[in-house]
Amino acid sequence: MTPRKTPLYDAHLALGGQMVEFAGWQMPVQYQGRGIVAEHLATRSAVGLFDVSHMGEIVIAGPGAADEVAHLVSNDTAALGDGDACYALLCHEHGGTVDDLYVYRLGAERFLLVVNASNTAKDVAHILAHARDPGLVTDRTDEFAQIAVQGPKATTLLARVAPGDAIGLPRNRIRVHTFGGDDLLVATTGYTGEAGFEIYCPPSCAQALWAALVDAGADLGASPVGLGARDTLRLEMGYPLYGQELDDHTNGFEARVAWAVKPAKAGGFIGCAALAKARGDLRRRLVGLELTDRGVPRHGHPVLHEGRVVGAVTSGTHSPSVRKPIALAYVPVALAAPGTELAVDIRGQAKRAVVVPFPFVVPGSATT
Amino acid sequence: MTIPNDLRYTSDHEWARDEGDGTCTIGVTDFAQDSLGPIVYVELPAPGTVVKAGERCGAVESTKSVSDLYSPLTGEVVAANGALDGQPDLVNSEPYAGGWMVRLRMTDPGELAGLPDADAYALHVAAAHEVR
Repeated sequence: MTPRKTPLYDAHLALGGQMVEFAGWQMPVQYQGRGIVAEHLATRSAVGLFDVSHMGEIVIAGPGAADEVAHLVSNDTAALGDGDACYALLCHEHGGTVDDLYVYRLGAERFLLVVNASNTAKDVAHILAHARDPGLVTDRTDEFAQIAVQGPKATTLLARVAPGDAIGLPRNRIRVHTFGGDDLLVATTGYTGEAGFEIYCPPSCAQALWAALVDAGADLGASPVGLGARDTLRLEMGYPLYGQELDDHTNGFEARVAWAVKPAKAGGFIGCAALAKARGDLRRRLVGLELTDRGVPRHGHPVLHEGRVVGAVTSGTHSPSVRKPIALAYVPVALAAPGTELAVDIRGQAKRAVVVPFPFVVPGSATT
Repeated sequence: MTIPNDLRYTSDHEWARDEGDGTCTIGVTDFAQDSLGPIVYVELPAPGTVVKAGERCGAVESTKSVSDLYSPLTGEVVAANGALDGQPDLVNSEPYAGGWMVRLRMTDPGELAGLPDADAYALHVAAAHEVR
């Protein structure tokens, strides 16, 4: 299948974007003349602009939508008011994770679910198979482009380009702004750890909005940011990435997102019984590792304890912010406490590592 | 993009310099360091290690990825650049000088002349650019 292009494809090329195929889309991994480290640091110290139009958008709307969403996802969506949002998981009956997602309550019976590009088709199938009323569910991925504006200068930048009610709100809210006659859904969400916005807009308006953000952000130090730095930014926060920290056979308690998994919520949800059981019987947990030896841990490297393999690295890099080798890894619960001394087997050499608490970086405290 | 005339090259973007005493110095090219981005760690073979032409002898890590380092020649490692432990970014700033990686005592000094020269390597890089 030919990879799809987002509405910003030409804009990425014009900015020197090095395009790679990701989840069936052509996306910039980094931009020539900038690169992962510079793009990462620009997001921590100023503001980063991300094309995330590849993400999937699923709308569940109509009578019974609120109950339907509550039945499908792990977090307590009944607690959301209009214009509120939360992170949640879609779970299998056996407790494994179908996907992680954001749920936005646009109205009493209208919800927007934003899912990973790599899982959109799987999620739609799962939702249709488990929905009590599949007629409420529509895949609207093609109707939305998405631009994330993240970093300490994000508010200043958005106020210049598309001011509106979301400015100044705490995390996890969504409001309507306008830009050039189009409505934008502006959410105070993101996956970098920084303050900022995720903007859902019609594809026809994405190019003009992107160009306006690039222009108005120039004197703020704004940088376009590719998938490479998007990954290092979320890794520094310890946020899971589906396919690495989360998969069909991993549950939210293992992945340390217990705050988004509420097995006891009224009415339950798909997978809640298995998850309630799993919670008290965890065998492994996701931990943060910092290497004390030199080297760079990567996905798949074995984790050692006293010379024995006890787990594996799920994501690793050399942190651009703290300039140290860091990793996320699954290890037995007994070895998950901060301070535990482990090692990572990097091409046959055991490199010393220590378990550290998340996040690796305190947002907003960037040093450049 | 600098490609010094007095060096020999490989299609994997390593360079080799004849030191005139039966040894040669090896590193990665300007093109390689630019493609990799900021280098954060270099893994090198210890002195005494015997390496073979075309075989993996180390690794170069950037934030983005890890790339294997292949020895252009067969020989015994007589020195590895310890300065890269603390300053791996020397590979970025001085790929042909302070960013050198290992020095080899060549098993067959004649092997060096069989490697592509600067002109051949420049053509290889131009072709690599086209497919990017």
